[in-house]
Amino acid sequence: MEQKLCIEDVSKVFREKNATVTALSNTSFCVAESEFVTILGPSGCGKSTILRIIAGLEEASSGRVLLDGKEIRQPGKDRGMVFQAYTLFPWLSVEENIAFGLDVAGRSKSDQQDAVKFYIEKIGLKGFEKAYPRKLSGGMKQRVAIARALANDPEVLLMDEPFGALDAQTRSVMQELLLSVWDESHKTILFVTHDVEEAVFIGDTIYVMTARPGRIKARIEVKLPAKRTYDMKLSDEFLTIKREVLELIREEAWKAANANLPEE
Amino acid sequence: MKDITASVARVTSGFLLAAVIGVPLGVLMGSLKICEAFFEPFLGFIRYMPASAFIPLFILWLGIGESEKVAVIFFGTFFQLTLMVMDVTKNVSQELIDTSYTLGVSKRSVFWRIILPASMPGIMDTLRITFGWAWTYLVVAEIVAASSGLGYMIMQSQRFLKTSHIIVGILVIGVIGIIIDLLFKWLYQRLYPWMGKGGAA
Repeated sequence: MEQKLCIEDVSKVFREKNATVTALSNTSFCVAESEFVTILGPSGCGKSTILRIIAGLEEASSGRVLLDGKEIRQPGKDRGMVFQAYTLFPWLSVEENIAFGLDVAGRSKSDQQDAVKFYIEKIGLKGFEKAYPRKLSGGMKQRVAIARALANDPEVLLMDEPFGALDAQTRSVMQELLLSVWDESHKTILFVTHDVEEAVFIGDTIYVMTARPGRIKARIEVKLPAKRTYDMKLSDEFLTIKREVLELIREEAWKAANANLPEE
Repeated sequence: MKDITASVARVTSGFLLAAVIGVPLGVLMGSLKICEAFFEPFLGFIRYMPASAFIPLFILWLGIGESEKVAVIFFGTFFQLTLMVMDVTKNVSQELIDTSYTLGVSKRSVFWRIILPASMPGIMDTLRITFGWAWTYLVVAEIVAASSGLGYMIMQSQRFLKTSHIIVGILVIGVIGIIIDLLFKWLYQRLYPWMGKGGAA
């Protein structure tokens, strides 16, 4: 498979008044076209920082990020992003939010309408086209946010714990919904999470990160059927992978918990 | 009731002047660090000088005509208004701005696409609040040197011991104030239906 996105030796150091914090140290990995990658790590390990660097919202202290062989330096619509916080534009209706990227790009109204119709159907929000975000539940907001990012047809979709604020039931519904959307578009996706089960269930490949300073600790290929169904979460194969990942992450979570003091 | 029209005319022109300059300036200060650094110390300093203390100065400079009253109202509201608008604009969520970048919005158009629409309701609220202050300064200005207006009427009534007139004057100011407040709220709901009644989205 062709390499779509490559992170080469990326480090990120945050400088504060009297301390520097290394959030990310010499991280390298590549993501293939149409691959669904999950990045799993304890809190504060810099997993969100990776996404922000790829999105161009944060600058790497060293190293570089290549998309289709070209180095990226600033944000662009070729890298769509879904955040953990609700980031729908509150002054725009659901359909205007979905069409936002196309409108910015100056695409015609009929193009926008087509995209809105297509994605409203996909995310199952028929009848909510004209609603404002404040009327929506958390899960609905994230569905619209995913639709908004996809409608823009990015090369890569970056997802920063998008279901982190949702309750467990809604979360598992959203995972299946995301997979069904992905099944058709087969976008390249980088999905950051701290939920082991989520990482195993939706990812083709899992990168487990170390506690701060974050590095890639392990790469695990999830050898489950491409088409995931909810009952798989109870299968032996699933549980074997989950156990393996859990052990890797447990160690790091303890390190993270014991290292709450800022380093110098 | 020519006193009412005179007062309303003054308060409106003084306030409009403050809003027309203050809102764009505040938005600019809120979105551009350079503008903030340049104007903030200056505005922050003057803001603490009571507008009423400037009345003698305005009378010497501008006389006791309309421009003096408008100047007092302007002075009383402009600085607060600008700084409040600046805060509203500065508080536009960075996450919304980041999101817009990932959707293809450029650094230049983020102002029109995100910052402005996101701050409009807050700006509207600021205007509603500062309009109330404009009324206070109006009465102050009219009590000192005027030949018409509600403040003037109240002062005259005191001179002739017409307590009832004073109370009527105060009530009229209150009623006009509440009407304008309701007007602002009505406009707010018409213009920003996405905000909902509670305020925060």
